[in-house]
Amino acid sequence: MLHIKNLKAGVDGKEILKGINLEVKPGEVHAIMGPNGSGKSTLSAVLAGNGRFTVTDGEATFNGKNLLEMAPEDRAREGLFLSFQYPVEIPGVSMVNFMKTAVNEHRKYQGLEPMSAGDFLKMLRDKKQVVEIDDRLTSRSVNEGFSGGEKKKNEIFQMAMLEPKLSILDETDSGLDIDALRIVANGVNKLKNANNATIVITHYQRLLDYIVPDVVHILYNGLIVKTGGKELALELEAKGYDWIKEAVKV
Amino acid sequence: MSDQDTILNDVTQSEYKYGFVSAIESETIPKGLNEGVIRLISAKKNEPDWMLEFRLTAYRNWLKMKMPEWAHLKIPEINYQDIIYYAAPKQQAKYESLDQVDPELLETFNKLGIPLDEQKMLSGVAVDAVMDSVSVKTTFRDTLAEKGIIFCSFSEAVQEHPDLVREYMGSVVPPTDNYFAALNSAVFSDGSFCYIPKGVRCPMELSTYFRINAANTGQFERTLLVADDDSYVSYLEGCTAPMRDENQLHAAIVEIVAKTNAQVKYSTVQNWYPGDKNGKGGIYNFVTKRGLCQGKGSKISWSQVETGSAITWKYPSTILLGDNSVSEFYSVAVTNHHQQADTGTKMIHIGKNTKSTIVSKGISAGQSNNSYRGLVKISKRAEGARNFSQCDSLLLGDKCGAHTFPYIECENNSAILEHEATTSKIGEDQIFYCNQRGISTEDAIGMIVNGYAKQVLNTLPMEFAVEAQKLLQISLEGSVG
Ligand SMILES: Nc1ncnc2c1ncn2[C@@H]1O[C@H](COP(=O)(O)OP(=O)(O)OP(=O)(O)O)[C@@H](O)[C@H]1O
Ligand SMILES: [Mg+2]
Repeated sequence: MLHIKNLKAGVDGKEILKGINLEVKPGEVHAIMGPNGSGKSTLSAVLAGNGRFTVTDGEATFNGKNLLEMAPEDRAREGLFLSFQYPVEIPGVSMVNFMKTAVNEHRKYQGLEPMSAGDFLKMLRDKKQVVEIDDRLTSRSVNEGFSGGEKKKNEIFQMAMLEPKLSILDETDSGLDIDALRIVANGVNKLKNANNATIVITHYQRLLDYIVPDVVHILYNGLIVKTGGKELALELEAKGYDWIKEAVKV
Repeated sequence: MSDQDTILNDVTQSEYKYGFVSAIESETIPKGLNEGVIRLISAKKNEPDWMLEFRLTAYRNWLKMKMPEWAHLKIPEINYQDIIYYAAPKQQAKYESLDQVDPELLETFNKLGIPLDEQKMLSGVAVDAVMDSVSVKTTFRDTLAEKGIIFCSFSEAVQEHPDLVREYMGSVVPPTDNYFAALNSAVFSDGSFCYIPKGVRCPMELSTYFRINAANTGQFERTLLVADDDSYVSYLEGCTAPMRDENQLHAAIVEIVAKTNAQVKYSTVQNWYPGDKNGKGGIYNFVTKRGLCQGKGSKISWSQVETGSAITWKYPSTILLGDNSVSEFYSVAVTNHHQQADTGTKMIHIGKNTKSTIVSKGISAGQSNNSYRGLVKISKRAEGARNFSQCDSLLLGDKCGAHTFPYIECENNSAILEHEATTSKIGEDQIFYCNQRGISTEDAIGMIVNGYAKQVLNTLPMEFAVEAQKLLQISLEGSVG
């Protein structure tokens, strides 16, 4: 579903991604780990189409379409979802209005009629349960004044509403308390099926105990330097990154 | 140009929708301003001597006055001799029935969404349509007359209700009030007049629709609205103009008198041609609007959505004279491209326990400049006066400016004054966040801007709130970045 070949990207002439290769198939869960500043969020931003970054080389296709040529909103409508490491506050725009617009834009793209108010509210109710999100939160402005953990929950709630094909979860676990981590991870698992895929960006094994990856990648200095099974994450947890850094230097 | 600018540019470069010119023959007088021109205007309108005297006095005062320079505006020099002060659609000035109206003229108002045919009118809205210098048609006059409500063009009021006009004209905005008020008082051409008798609740929205069509002309209209004891009226004005390369001057006066327990709601959707994206052309909008809460317990509410004009200089104000009188000012002002706006309000508290509320929302995009200027004055005898002011600015991009100039003069220690101000920016991050959820940049900006302005839009009459909402989004098209 997602093919990335030799992807290079940067900002203001500074190269951050230095040739990423990655292949994600339907039904798979990939974990991307790596030290701070290695380029994990940049990779997700570039895939989602954040105009701040410039792609200088390489290819990325999603569902057989050239991802890099698509406007960010079309990538989303194609089924690419990014759970932001730092979700953005949008004062004055209610969660309900925001989600209704988003859902209907997705539907329009698929040639469907806008959802009726009744159906929408029902969907809202159902999906709120997936992440056990508080009713109070959906009646407020998008992320405005939400706590760090509430913002992360809200990301997964939106994911549940939009039913994406590929979800990239950028450190969704950071900021969540122990119970919330379990709830959110269970939510993600509930949304999983044979036709969609998930890329989980995380620093901690903890999350991967719940969302068990098929493949683990280590991103370091703009390159995927190692790929393995779920045991690679355990190895990192035990040994840290120094051995990887050493290996790369050689 | 950064990516952000490119996005902003794309979204904010839309065309002005009302920029067409109608092929209507008009009768104009020669350019220029002198006593002869004023006498000519007065003669054309067949005015009584007192009206001519009013004009001439105002003119002589204006000659001694200077253009105000305190506003945060760059106003190019205006050559007052290069303006035509009177233009009228060529035809009889008063129409007995719609059949006598130039079809082109009817079509113009139809295109603007203002059908003058009473059958087709939005139910519950009476309209006075003013094209260039002359009132074309006032709808629903008979229905209103049954309740004793007078709603007609200013010129007709001078002929038919001279006592009322003489009593109130200039009583709230004296001809010497300021430079543009003096100019208007000298050369004003037409406008609307409205009188609501004691105890009458006006059964429909009253509205005046202003259209500048002729080239090289200025538009100088005045509106006089008198609400007698215990009456209520909601009034709306809208305005548009063709796209022209030269700047056109609009200097209007609005006067409102609210007597004991009367309530007046005055809403404006100002959409004069703002000029093109390079700042060429557009209307210079210099307007004096003032209400007098004359009676006890009276109330005047101002709501304005300002999206048009190259330059806006406008401060709808209220003098709270009657004890327990109340006034509100709700404003959204949008500037894009090279537009400049210096707008706000003055609340002058004189009576006891008077209350005022100010909510101003400025939105700036492109290379525009948007200033809020407000004065809250509490006089010595205004025991127990209260004011709450909230001034918010929203910026799109980093080449525009937002400024607030709140002034407070308080001579009574029992007053309670609150002031809040915020400045925020529609960030690239917010837009990208919306994009990532499948929402286009244009819709994202529309959503954010409308959320921001909601508090003000909610104060508009229903029929117009939706229009205003669309207008906000359209005025920002091509400005997102
Ligand atoms: N807008 C930007 N301007 C300049 N440098 C940037 C920008 N965005 C990212 N970088 C740099 O690119 C590198 C990769 O950043 P990125 O956010 O992708 O790291 P990360 O792997 O997600 O780190 P973390 O684990 O801390 O979230 C960092 O050195 C960062 O400073
Ligand atoms: Mg990161």
